[in-house]
Amino acid sequence: MSRALPLRVEAVRQFRRRRTLVTFGLLLALPWVLIVAFQIGGEGDDDGRPSLVDAATTGGLNFALFALFVATGFLLVVAVALFCGDTVASEAGWSSLRYLLAAPVPRDRLLRQKLIVALGYAAAAVLTLPLMALLAGTLVFGWSDVTIPTGGTFPAEAAFGRMGIIAAYALISQLVVAAVAFLLSVSTDSPLGAVGGAVGMVIVCNILEAVEALGSWRDVLPTRYMYAWMDALQPDIQWTGMAKGAALSVSYALVLFAIAFRRFRAKDITS
Amino acid sequence: MRRWVAGAAVAGLVAAAGGGFLLVRDDAPAVAREDVRIDVVDGPRDDEKITLDATFYRPEGAGRVPAVLLAHGFGGSKRSQAAAARELAGRGYAVLTWSARGFGESGGQIALNSPDYEVKDTRQLIDWLGKRPEVLQDGPGDPRVGMAGPSYGGAISLLTAAYDTRVDALVPSITWHDLSDALLPDGVFKKLWAGLFFTGESDGSTACGRFRPELCAMYQRIAQTGEHTDEDVALLRKSSPATAPPVKAPTLLIQGQSDSLFPLDHADANAERAAGPVSVVWYQGGHDGGEAETPLLTELTASWFDDHLKGLDAEPAAAFTVTRATGVDSTNGRTWLRAATADAYPGLSSTPREMPVEGGEQAVQNPAGGVPAAISALPGLGGLSALGSSLGSLGADFDMPGQSASFTTEPLAASLRVTGSPRLTVKVDKAATLFAKVYDVTPEGNAALARRIAAPVRFTEAGEAEVVLPAIDYDFARGHRIRITLSTTDQGFAGPLAPATYKISAGSALTLPTVPGLATPAGRPPAWVWALPVAALVVAGALLYRRRPKDSFDPALAEVPLRIEGLTKTYSNGFKAVDDLSFKVEKGQVLGLLGPNGAGKTTTLRMLMGLIHPEGGEIRIFGHKVTPGADVLRRLGSFVEGPGFLPHLSGRDNLTLYWRATGRPLSEAHLEEALEVAALGEEALARPVRTYSQGMRARLAIAQAMLGLPDLLVLDEPTNGLDPPQIRQMREVLVDYAARGRTVIVSSHLLSEVEQTCTHVVVMTRGAKVADGPVGEIVGGRGLENVFLEIIGGGV
Repeated sequence: MSRALPLRVEAVRQFRRRRTLVTFGLLLALPWVLIVAFQIGGEGDDDGRPSLVDAATTGGLNFALFALFVATGFLLVVAVALFCGDTVASEAGWSSLRYLLAAPVPRDRLLRQKLIVALGYAAAAVLTLPLMALLAGTLVFGWSDVTIPTGGTFPAEAAFGRMGIIAAYALISQLVVAAVAFLLSVSTDSPLGAVGGAVGMVIVCNILEAVEALGSWRDVLPTRYMYAWMDALQPDIQWTGMAKGAALSVSYALVLFAIAFRRFRAKDITS
Repeated sequence: MRRWVAGAAVAGLVAAAGGGFLLVRDDAPAVAREDVRIDVVDGPRDDEKITLDATFYRPEGAGRVPAVLLAHGFGGSKRSQAAAARELAGRGYAVLTWSARGFGESGGQIALNSPDYEVKDTRQLIDWLGKRPEVLQDGPGDPRVGMAGPSYGGAISLLTAAYDTRVDALVPSITWHDLSDALLPDGVFKKLWAGLFFTGESDGSTACGRFRPELCAMYQRIAQTGEHTDEDVALLRKSSPATAPPVKAPTLLIQGQSDSLFPLDHADANAERAAGPVSVVWYQGGHDGGEAETPLLTELTASWFDDHLKGLDAEPAAAFTVTRATGVDSTNGRTWLRAATADAYPGLSSTPREMPVEGGEQAVQNPAGGVPAAISALPGLGGLSALGSSLGSLGADFDMPGQSASFTTEPLAASLRVTGSPRLTVKVDKAATLFAKVYDVTPEGNAALARRIAAPVRFTEAGEAEVVLPAIDYDFARGHRIRITLSTTDQGFAGPLAPATYKISAGSALTLPTVPGLATPAGRPPAWVWALPVAALVVAGALLYRRRPKDSFDPALAEVPLRIEGLTKTYSNGFKAVDDLSFKVEKGQVLGLLGPNGAGKTTTLRMLMGLIHPEGGEIRIFGHKVTPGADVLRRLGSFVEGPGFLPHLSGRDNLTLYWRATGRPLSEAHLEEALEVAALGEEALARPVRTYSQGMRARLAIAQAMLGLPDLLVLDEPTNGLDPPQIRQMREVLVDYAARGRTVIVSSHLLSEVEQTCTHVVVMTRGAKVADGPVGEIVGGRGLENVFLEIIGGGV
């Protein structure tokens, strides 16, 4: 019923922030930094196994895949956590949250609009990197078929479909990070706490995943299938890992988002 | 050496039917185990008595059930089949395992599954089963019985079924069709495997251990000379399904793709020879090692018996099943294996594709003594090549320079899955023995064996012949090339020792068999992949469910800007901030809310804005009850506990975006009027708010509160940070505002301000109202400060 806090307004409110601009600037610059690194570094040791790193300099598509590979573990996590963790907590920190709520923007509506915009920015961040890498890589290394880690190549046309799958999975797998950050964001007035908490969760999960003794318990860690998009680069796409990862991520995210909404409804805004 | 054979055999037997603990069901019946000694008579004249050591497993309390004879691999004994036997017994079969003659505790000597010895023994085991009350009988002395076993045990299954029609179904795995072809393929002695085979059973006292002397002598003669006679071939063939009557019972042939001892063409020949229904399975393992794929093979074996012994044809087995490495599991780095199936077994030369090969006539050398030799298969290494060149290239295969001729296709325009035996017509200029292999060549020129298997070919004279390469199931990637290499030497075989130079050329295009119908069914992710998100959705729905609060409206209060009744709030730490507060504000009033720090003023205002949930009582604005986000709040403008702006946006943008966030049209905002109150100037309004002084922010915040000219304006310490002229101006603004029929509530600790601005006051202390009324009445000419101190002093 309410038309309060239109998405466009919230997007404008967030866009001109230094945080937003710096994040996108970094993501746009990273491919160029990598290219410079490759140009300076020259040839590494060849262990005889084809890998994303070896293939990275052979063409734009390969380079984009490589950039995605190096960024998935941490950089994209930070970017997603930043947009989703900061969104409510920073308003609380600025005291602007209480005026928005009294404007009035109903609480569910406020969270929904903020969540959509934050997810939009996070998705844009996740997609910015490979797209810029594709552009930069194509300009510098040219255009070639995609070399897959298990050997063999794809024609570039077919590779676009795979890239789409990879990007979609990268987005879905980051949902859990977004949800943790968002829940923390409505629970604290400190944006740093919310962003740091979400990133910390990923780090702790990565550590736990390295503990072999946990056995199959590790399968429920939200970061377990973070790299499952690599399965889209196998000769036959292996859906199982991505299906599991997506199911896990979506499930965690649904519950965490619901908890966030529920908490925010009942919360006394004292900031 | 014994380890090698036993190891290969164990791998095979586990593959055939084992790994019981993995699949034991909770409702499986208890299994009774009974060690028995069974006396049998065998030999060409049926006069040699020996005792077989056996164990009988049966499910308890299951009545009469079908039986399965589980044979062990070469070098094993009845004990190596214990796990598989328990698994099958748990699935409702009476299982008899035994040590074959010459193995374990059984008597006699190894006769290599001879029809005169081992076959006769096994037939007497069926007689024994025919007398057991636990075993289902098809007729007198004719038990319902299946047979299974790997390698040596697979051959005895095939041979027994060939000579004894009482066998109702069989699952022979990784076994031979023609033993002479396995050990002397195309007349070339497979020395490495033959050595492991014949000497692996020795305990050190004799060269061949428990082999029958004539077999041992034959092996030693061939191994020394590299030559064999027709009698040798005949002897080995006698122990082969190739010379036995065709098997009529339903047969599931399981063969390994990593098997240089009994390659896939043995299963092909067995399938060809069978007279009954046949299904063929190619799995990744085999005598060379590799993935055992126990769960899959156990399931296939059990369902074959369920189908043909119990008659439960739930899902008939596919005629042809090939397990393929389809990639790597990114979560644990393990190879992904998936079974591709087809409705018919197509043989080894189905749907051939022809590809021209490059490489003209090439001269190659056979080194004197046959060394150094190329390496293809090494027992135990085969499994490494599950993904062929893609992952398994560890460099263990190589060809000696100058000893091989290669014929290579053009790069493939699309990936090509070869299933079967490639063929190439080859011309040589003199009699030669060559070893043919299939390589996968990457675009960079790295070559790796598609499968670590070499097929020997013998040219007895100069001329042309078709070379049949090892059967494979292999996907050549796009851009790769297929190379056929013919070497003069191979570590695993005894080639000619005399030095020679051959000229080799290709006489035809390369024929590559394919099986288009062999498809990998889409992998199905586990059920939780669907169930979990649904469950999460239900949980989320439950978390979010609430009854929509009723919009409570009291028409009697429609013209009353604010009425507070019995308002109470206790914070979670137990602090009672507001205690049963009630008062009413009428239109046109400027109400001063007074009280010392901690009196509950701010908490009250926050409840008024819907930010804090009251514990008791209610607030009504123009008759509408205040709840978080209630629509009536649009008639309220507020400035409570300091300003709240987005520091990166300019003052003007902050106000504009704030108004747009309310979702109301900009024309209702009265933006310029509000900005006039703020009195910031155009330059300041265009600067980011973070550059503002405290006073500027306060003025901007008051302007924000006045956007849309709300009917009720609530200002908390509005004069904080203002200088005296501004304070004076603010006073006028508020009085003006109320004069227009609107209502203003001011909380302040500057009593003189309240006295000069307000028409009414409410005095609070410790969360409760201690006085209220028109300013004049309360003050009574004594000065608000004195009165206030008196009131709150009394309230303390």
